[in-house]
Amino acid sequence: MELVLEKHIHSEDEMTEFAQNFASSLSDGAVVILNGNLGAGKTFIVKAIAKLWKIENVTSPTFALVNDYTGTKRVIHFDFYRVGEEQELYDIGFDEYLSDENAIKFIEWGELFPFILPNKRVELKIIIGDGDFRTITVFKYE
Amino acid sequence: MNVIGIESSCDETSVAIISNGELKTNLVSSQDFHIEYGGVVPELSSRAHLQRINPLVKDALIKSQLTLENIDLITATAGPGLIGALLVGYTYAKGLAYSLKKTFVPVNHIEGHIFSGFLMEDKPEYPILTLVVSGGHTLLLIAESPIKIRILGTTIDDAAGEAFDKVAKMIGLGYPGGPKIQSVASKGNKDAINFPIAELKQQYHFSFSGLKTAVLRYIQALTKNGELGESQLNDIAASFQNAVVKALSRQVKKAIQNFQVKSISLVGGVAANKAIREEIINIGNKHGLKVVIPNYEFCGDNAAMIALRGQMLYESGERFSLDTPPFPSLKSKYFI
Repeated sequence: MELVLEKHIHSEDEMTEFAQNFASSLSDGAVVILNGNLGAGKTFIVKAIAKLWKIENVTSPTFALVNDYTGTKRVIHFDFYRVGEEQELYDIGFDEYLSDENAIKFIEWGELFPFILPNKRVELKIIIGDGDFRTITVFKYE
Repeated sequence: MNVIGIESSCDETSVAIISNGELKTNLVSSQDFHIEYGGVVPELSSRAHLQRINPLVKDALIKSQLTLENIDLITATAGPGLIGALLVGYTYAKGLAYSLKKTFVPVNHIEGHIFSGFLMEDKPEYPILTLVVSGGHTLLLIAESPIKIRILGTTIDDAAGEAFDKVAKMIGLGYPGGPKIQSVASKGNKDAINFPIAELKQQYHFSFSGLKTAVLRYIQALTKNGELGESQLNDIAASFQNAVVKALSRQVKKAIQNFQVKSISLVGGVAANKAIREEIINIGNKHGLKVVIPNYEFCGDNAAMIALRGQMLYESGERFSLDTPPFPSLKSKYFI
């Protein structure tokens, strides 16, 4: 595990800018874990990144568990928030989704099921401060 | 005509039978599936649907005093939903249709909700302004006919039901959040806190993510001085619910002004919320529109609405081949 970056965010615009810069560091097939409390901005970041790839209709996957989008890239957007146990993830085809070598996969609340996550991944930890203030740390796992 | 409906798009497995226009039975797994059939089953999984579907179909036939041979139309949810879950009910239905040589009709789950008002005795009249509010979807649309649906707006982030669940969690209430917020909100002051309602560029869209964050901030600020008291929690729940009601009703009112409609329908799991129901009834009465809101049993996911929608499509002359694929995302050839 390697700490890549720690960044302070003061506004929605800065969050969008961070997300778009971060997107440029992602190679095809990347797996991105987004950890942080309710309202931290996890879906916001995925929405901002997907927009760069001509995907405009990103909505929260909390209820659906996984949303699958195709723009200039395929984006698979998971949310573990309401998943009860690891077995349920296998049941909904987690492995099959992850086997697409080109799609970029985002997993909100990935920390809830750490053992199912692939060894090679990037993790964002978002800590909520006052108002729009957020601290984001980026870790890389190889 | 006897129609069987099968629904397995998300957590619930459901089977319903409509016989000559009359709903005979509508079984929903969380209420009607009993342990004796297969032991403990996980809540969200394709395996759970697989374990529940056959017993539910058998039960539905017994309760309707029919056999499979009496069924004329076999309908099932084709999407949107979890593909693994969808495939269970959908493939089961296709198998039945193939082996019994009966007509198969794939149904869009959201269209099932949209027309669920037709399950009521007093039916909506076209054009119907319809607000779909559920855990996964928030949509405003006009059903101009059974096969012409004009989408006006959708949520751009969280669904209304999701906002209820998440705010419930923030203030320490359990899941599902909708009924819990409603109950706590009834003891609070809905005007105590002025939570924001998103202003969006697109005229009829919704956004609930900002509201969720505003509630979070409010709680953070208060808890700096210690634990939240009961009256504070009640006020937060009441004010949050009121903000959702306002966000929904604002778009509904706008649509009534800009389009000629005859009735309003409120559908989906969140349509069980009393404050939202009351507001939609008020708006309808004020504008002289017929208001149709399905009974609670038809608000959440259910197969009655799938059977009904399937029959509606069949009667509109729509025909489908058995190789029609299921689909995970919201799309429909009837959306304009």
